[in-house]
Amino acid sequence: MVYGPHKPPLPETPEQLRARIPGWGVDLDPRDRPTVPRLQDRPGLEGPPDESIEAQAELRPRERSIEHAHLTPVFGTAQPLHGVSGAIRRYAYARFSEGRAAHWLLLVAGDRVEAFGAHVRSFASLRPDVPATGLRAELRHGGLGARKGRVDARHHLLDPVVVGVPWVATGAGVVAVVRRVRARRR
Amino acid sequence: MKAMVYRGPYKVRVEDKDVPRIEHPRDAVVRVTRAAICGSDLHLYHGMMPDTRIGHTFGHEFVGVVHEVGPAVEHLQVGDRVMVPFNVFCGSCFFCARGLYSNCHNVNPNATAVGGIYGYSHTTGGYDGGQAEFVRVPFADVGPSLIPEWLSEDDATLMTDALATGYFGAAIGDIVEGDVVVVLGAGAVGLFAAKSAWLMGAGRVIVVDHLDERLEKARTFAHAETVNFAEHKDVVVLMKRMTDHLGADVVIDAVGAEADGNLLQHVTSAKLKLQGGSPVALNWAIDGVRKGGTVSVVGAYGPIFSQVKFGDALNKGLTLNMNQTPVKKMWPRLFEHVRNGHLVPSDLVTHRIPLEHIAEAYHLMSAKLDGCIKPLITTDASQGA
Repeated sequence: MVYGPHKPPLPETPEQLRARIPGWGVDLDPRDRPTVPRLQDRPGLEGPPDESIEAQAELRPRERSIEHAHLTPVFGTAQPLHGVSGAIRRYAYARFSEGRAAHWLLLVAGDRVEAFGAHVRSFASLRPDVPATGLRAELRHGGLGARKGRVDARHHLLDPVVVGVPWVATGAGVVAVVRRVRARRR
Repeated sequence: MKAMVYRGPYKVRVEDKDVPRIEHPRDAVVRVTRAAICGSDLHLYHGMMPDTRIGHTFGHEFVGVVHEVGPAVEHLQVGDRVMVPFNVFCGSCFFCARGLYSNCHNVNPNATAVGGIYGYSHTTGGYDGGQAEFVRVPFADVGPSLIPEWLSEDDATLMTDALATGYFGAAIGDIVEGDVVVVLGAGAVGLFAAKSAWLMGAGRVIVVDHLDERLEKARTFAHAETVNFAEHKDVVVLMKRMTDHLGADVVIDAVGAEADGNLLQHVTSAKLKLQGGSPVALNWAIDGVRKGGTVSVVGAYGPIFSQVKFGDALNKGLTLNMNQTPVKKMWPRLFEHVRNGHLVPSDLVTHRIPLEHIAEAYHLMSAKLDGCIKPLITTDASQGA
């Protein structure tokens, strides 16, 4: 047996496809596709000239990638850096380019530190964090039955572990420290 | 105002936040009437995207009514009904001037590797998103478009990302007449990609997923052949058998960072966050496409490294096309397709959930319960919109 030069025949002809599928082939000509050409050659197509974009006021120091020459003229201000997580993130931005794994891993570390602190603080509030929100959907939308036979169900079992293990580990750590302190006092 | 708020991995809720204000003369503030949860929002929800801060409001698919405009906004007025592309972009930098709106250089100080995206962490610029009653919209004369009278708000909402991205995925596959196109993933983007592949003249379209209800949608909505990969020992071998052992001409990865199909890859990425994403679908695409074929990637991956089989891509002489979708560039053609009835975006809306129940909506989408493909989020302003 050898492999020949031809593609295998298609199960349907273009005429059959056109009859069966609404719009079949209407973008057959690449010139009808907005991705052709991939790059336009008309600078300044949409927005104001570069030099006319006013700089957004930097009301507090704004972190930026060191791969940028300067702070971009427009930026989000949704959640400014703060606390320990802010220090970690600020260091990641100031020290490492986006090409360094350390940049991203430090940002992830900042995420975990901030999340942990937010959860702990929430327990001192009138609205403590629920470990996994939205579980009501399990009751209203099928729950276990909806997962029957699904290949992803096996790692759904890991979700409670992923969410719960940091709390269990932290709790165990706190208990261990308290016990050690008590033992030393005796 | 009420807004969805991130509280850490697997935890979101609704909180009261300040109504966003005009921070730049070219800003507008939009009162949201419809938003959607995207599959890529789940990467944030699961804590996979670096620099996702507590208090962040997600949501990059939304439409609404202009509530306030900055002094330099010329083309929008208070009260205008607008659809807002998920990209934040200036329209005039080196990249925007070449149509690469999703790679704008003037809106994201946090990274040069990605442009600005609403509600998608500080890695994409630190803009709160549209799963809220109000949202700040920079460069209001550049990104948003007025919603045509004939277009429903549901359809408009899906055009701000899911439809545009599915269509873009097919378009950058550079499909020619008679091509065999495999679409990995039967979420909203994958289904729109499959449907769009026909418009570009595909000869066969095969959709791969593991959820039966989504595969049923692939058959009825997208007129595609389907493969449930859970029923096959090796989906790559199956793809080869289905194509006379050549491989598909084009494979579209519409899955992204949380692909199933390999427990080790999924756990090390989605659960343990040791990779930027589970590259199962991308590796299937590389292996399943024919030599000299094209892999189109529109599934979202994070910036952290992933275990991609790049050597196979090299040795097979593949063309890899990918980007975040420059949504507004797709709209003129998509308006025609929607108006002609070739594409009906709202056919994929499976759930409508009030903003107050956002946590339930995220869990529903994340666990893929109740046949969920595309949940829309409604606000008080949705009444009559």
